[in-house]
Amino acid sequence: MAAINREDVAHLAQLAHIEMSDDELDRMANELAVIVDAVKSVSEAAGDDVPATSHPIPLTNVMREDVVGHVLTAEEALSGAPDAQDGRFKVPAILEES
Amino acid sequence: MSANELIRSSAAVMAAKLAAGEVTSVELVQAHLDRIAAVDGGDRGVHAFLHVNTEEALAVAADVDARRAAGEELHELAGVPIAVKDLIVTKGQPTTAGSKFLEGWMSPYDATVIKKLRAARMPILGKTNLDEFAMGSSTEHSAYGPTRNPWDLDRIPGGSGGGSAAAVAAFEAPLALGTDTGGSIRQPGAVTGTVGVKPTYGAVSRYGAIAMASSLDQIGPVSRTVLDSALLQEVIGGHDPFDSTSLSDPSTGLAAAARLGNVEGMKIGIIKELHGEGYQSGVETRFNESLELLRGAGAEIIEISCPNFGYALGAYYLIMPSEASSNLAKFDGVRFGMRTLPTEGSITIERVMSATRAAGFGDEVKRRIILGTYALSAGYYDAYYGSAQKVRTLIQRDFAAAFAQVDVLISPTTPTTAFKLGEKIDDPLSMYLNDVATIPANLAGVPGLTLPGGLADEDGLPVGIQLLAPAREDARLYRVGAVLESLLEAQWGGPLLDRAPALAQNSAKEAN
Repeated sequence: MAAINREDVAHLAQLAHIEMSDDELDRMANELAVIVDAVKSVSEAAGDDVPATSHPIPLTNVMREDVVGHVLTAEEALSGAPDAQDGRFKVPAILEES
Repeated sequence: MSANELIRSSAAVMAAKLAAGEVTSVELVQAHLDRIAAVDGGDRGVHAFLHVNTEEALAVAADVDARRAAGEELHELAGVPIAVKDLIVTKGQPTTAGSKFLEGWMSPYDATVIKKLRAARMPILGKTNLDEFAMGSSTEHSAYGPTRNPWDLDRIPGGSGGGSAAAVAAFEAPLALGTDTGGSIRQPGAVTGTVGVKPTYGAVSRYGAIAMASSLDQIGPVSRTVLDSALLQEVIGGHDPFDSTSLSDPSTGLAAAARLGNVEGMKIGIIKELHGEGYQSGVETRFNESLELLRGAGAEIIEISCPNFGYALGAYYLIMPSEASSNLAKFDGVRFGMRTLPTEGSITIERVMSATRAAGFGDEVKRRIILGTYALSAGYYDAYYGSAQKVRTLIQRDFAAAFAQVDVLISPTTPTTAFKLGEKIDDPLSMYLNDVATIPANLAGVPGLTLPGGLADEDGLPVGIQLLAPAREDARLYRVGAVLESLLEAQWGGPLLDRAPALAQNSAKEAN
């Protein structure tokens, strides 16, 4: 498996929406390279015949009655928002002004 | 009984004294609030609490006292106070998850476990410190400063639930709630000389626990005795329609198992891969001593090999960050918590989101989000996340083979005793290695319990003994744990915490 480098980290930080300074990118690339190296043996552990487990105790078709249950009021839902107006979340511009 | 003796009792004893009318809940809660004021604050305080819920706790206590006086039938633990890890959302108190991102955030709803505590009328003393979003093994990743280990204030109390474990060890609360994703209840329990249990995955509702890794996270009890954890798991466990991974099993028979008092004829397996090399000598010595005690009580001790446990840490550090990177995407600066505007350039939602997450998250959280984003990205998914999920199957098979031969498994909970604050903070990998013995249980969903096994000879610090049982057999942990606890305490002449150094009292605050 390929090692993780500074360029990878910069791309991943962008995907994860976390702004990072040059210093942070350098530090993070070094730390992650060590961690990735330590976990890479995992890819050699199991053969193709081993099924993947996504959930420790499988449950299937967990349903509930299709009725209105526990819901927050709009006021409750907006109570922790950094900005709200007219019963809605208020966000900055979606698109850059041209 | 003096207030000092009262707060050192077990929750079961406190409950009995309340029922017998020897003490009121208001007195009990006040004694704990006084203890918190005396030992938690200041430069050298334990700092187990991020928020103290004085007014509400006393109001609930007064209500319990009034109901009891009126002859109302109450829950066994009614009036016994409890602390709650600040990852679990509570109405009326802030929930921060140990992060600047959620500083001062008030949840509009209660977690299911909180509803259950309220239904049992247990006063909530406050919210306890943790590594940010439960990511860490020392509480040093809390945005609000570390918690100190009551055994040695220069050492870590474990993590992520160091606040809950330290609160219980420092007699600031008889009970606490924790969450355990890779050992966050058990590792702090081990290094603070307390008891902690990660129940079977799904045995306790996760609704209202701020998610790190949804397929691994589990809420569980923190206490000073095995019986107390059993009593608390009975309160918080059981099916919850708000959590689709919740099991339908009732949460009963746990305290009865703790009171059973025998292990005769039980088969107990030592996991070959989880002791020996890499484990501190004092940890090994105490571990072997516990094995001898169990053997003396009539249990059969068998060595078991779990060959794939060597891959558990690697698999965990792929699955956990992958799930965490998805779960933490909701911290976007729009719906809750903070919003930070970029210092220059245009103010668009994407740039605000990036600036907010940069300012709101600490280093360890960023590290795990990046690692998870990497493991899930195109081209790496099969090699990393896919492989890790296969390892999960192998670990489950190891457990299945082991439990075909034995009733419970036993190991040291952690490879070492508590390390010094600051010692591993700059070395993420060595920090991760603290969880090597606790992680397999989370990957497989099986329950695990830690109880104090004594003090290591070389440093005089607590050693934890871990018990593991098959899924849905949590009762076995309580049965074996309570027997081992009573054998050890008979040897010590009392609880291990009797040997912890007295904490300096903050006299200025105590005078209030």
